[in-house]
Amino acid sequence: MTIVDPKPARPDQADLDKAAGRPEDAAQWTAKIRETAVEALPPQKLLPDRQPAYVASWIYVFGVTTICALLVVIATGLVLAIMGPNWWHVSSTGLFVNSLHLWSVEVFFFAMVVHLWGKFFMAAWRGRRQATWITGVVCFLVSVGAAFTGYLSQQNFDSQWISTQAKDGINSTGAGAIFNVTNFGQMIMWHITLLPLCVLALVGIHVLMVRLRGVVPPFPAKGEVPEGTEVPAANATEVEA
Amino acid sequence: MSADTNGRSTKVRKFKVDRDAAPWHGRYAPYDLAKEFLVALVVVVVLVGGLAVLFGSPDDKPVTVKSWSTANPIDFAQTATTELDGTSGTAGYGPPYNLNGTAQSIGPIIPAKWLGVHHPIDTAQDFVLGPLSTLPDNPEVQAAITEYQSASATQQQAWTAAYEKAVANATYSDGKLVVPKGDYGPVATLIAAETSMARSGALDGALLSSRQFYGTDYTKPLLFIADGQYLANLADNQHLSGDQWGMMNETGSYPGQAWLWLYTLWYQVPPANTSSNGDIQVFAIMIVLTALLALVPFIPGLRSIPRWSRLYRLIWREHYREVERDGGARAAAVPTG
Amino acid sequence: MQALALVFGTLFGSIIDLNKPGHYIHWGFIQMSYANGLVILLMIIVFFAAILIPFKSHKGEDR
Repeated sequence: MTIVDPKPARPDQADLDKAAGRPEDAAQWTAKIRETAVEALPPQKLLPDRQPAYVASWIYVFGVTTICALLVVIATGLVLAIMGPNWWHVSSTGLFVNSLHLWSVEVFFFAMVVHLWGKFFMAAWRGRRQATWITGVVCFLVSVGAAFTGYLSQQNFDSQWISTQAKDGINSTGAGAIFNVTNFGQMIMWHITLLPLCVLALVGIHVLMVRLRGVVPPFPAKGEVPEGTEVPAANATEVEA
Repeated sequence: MSADTNGRSTKVRKFKVDRDAAPWHGRYAPYDLAKEFLVALVVVVVLVGGLAVLFGSPDDKPVTVKSWSTANPIDFAQTATTELDGTSGTAGYGPPYNLNGTAQSIGPIIPAKWLGVHHPIDTAQDFVLGPLSTLPDNPEVQAAITEYQSASATQQQAWTAAYEKAVANATYSDGKLVVPKGDYGPVATLIAAETSMARSGALDGALLSSRQFYGTDYTKPLLFIADGQYLANLADNQHLSGDQWGMMNETGSYPGQAWLWLYTLWYQVPPANTSSNGDIQVFAIMIVLTALLALVPFIPGLRSIPRWSRLYRLIWREHYREVERDGGARAAAVPTG
Repeated sequence: MQALALVFGTLFGSIIDLNKPGHYIHWGFIQMSYANGLVILLMIIVFFAAILIPFKSHKGEDR
């Protein structure tokens, strides 16, 4: 009698071949998406267990610290959402959760700014990493917006003052026609749905970009890159000035 | 021109040290990303928990029309008069609230004007006459409303101008506004009734739920409150005013939005600190600076600052020690940018 | 739930009360609260500490 192992350690290659990868299916959208994704980010690149030896400084921990702070912001925000916007004004537990939410935002921006300074002084956009830099800057801006709508959603004196002052700046740009800072309902919806989704999407793209390109190498030491070295042009129609 | 491994031709350009990077062919070392993530998470949770336990968070009670008119009925009455005669900040604001004011501009660019009125507010009707008309069992007030609305614009202006001058010297006693005698027509009755309505709390409700029961749009009560001095004085005491770099600050001694430092800086210096177009000017400056930050990788000079600062020699000092010790033996192959 | 509220209320009701009026740095046209100034100073200190403090990593060998 053959005993079938109920829990094989890894999928059998034959089973994998039944599910995907046949040449006759290569034109499928699914197949094309999978092949592009796996080619760009195979598992070893997505979750590497080694890094170049130059990744050896405490400055490198501030990206992941920013993400961890963001997770705490979201977790505490979820608790506030579960109990509703009035809870923290009437409950001491609620006030404590609000405190966690506020201080996690402070830690989030603290870590993000130190991360930004570190990446700037490493010129981390080098080597086809411009998109990584740009998504980072945009993520910073959207995060400022998310924090701003949070301050507007407090339903206390602070939010009254911030909204009646900020309206002038925003109205001057014409954006006040749609983005009405004195409209609590609108501001809290932007704060708990629209902007967190944007921040998460941007963070996701930003981290995938880092995995795709790898951590930026140091500036070349003297003589490492000989004079007159050439690199592939980013845009094939570009001509060196 | 050169060809890649598939025989496709590729254009090339010169290696630029502030734009390009040589691919790494050197040593790798173990680096446990998952463990790093978990450690960072624990550190952040402990830090945030500690800060929350130590310092808590602020929650200053909001101002209501009731608390404002109770604390300072004269300021309230003055503001209500300006709402009635159309001289308040909101009344003469312009878009997006009305067309009574000039939108801010930079040269020919007037975005608020182009987008127009989206949150229409007629302060006389929405802040004064409308709420007063909801008062039940008050024929004196209804008669005053009718008298005011039937009068000519010139007559209305004469009444309100006279009253505005007088109410600056008014007092409040025995639950009544005491104003020097004069010819104010129905305006004195209207403002007195408005002040009583405010002090009862009924005006807060009327302003919020004027269109629907479940109001979440506080534009009307907020703009009314902000037209007075009371809110501004409270803010000034807490160092939250614009000219106090208040945008960065929080109530009490809490840290605020320190990341707004550059945005608020421009409000402290010419031209924005005195210009009536100050807001749009500051926004324009910030859009340019933000674009510069985002596009640093493409801007020669700006993108060279990291290399000129030589801070990277500190960050990667172990790496350079190794490279210089090996005499460049681990030099990269032809960089691929 | 009552017990939790009591614990959070008394123990975690903020040990240091920051609701008192703040203090401000005045330097030319710059005005900054002590709290914000401290946050920014800490950022600078942490940044340089991160760069200067040695990071002990495993010395692996691979190419």
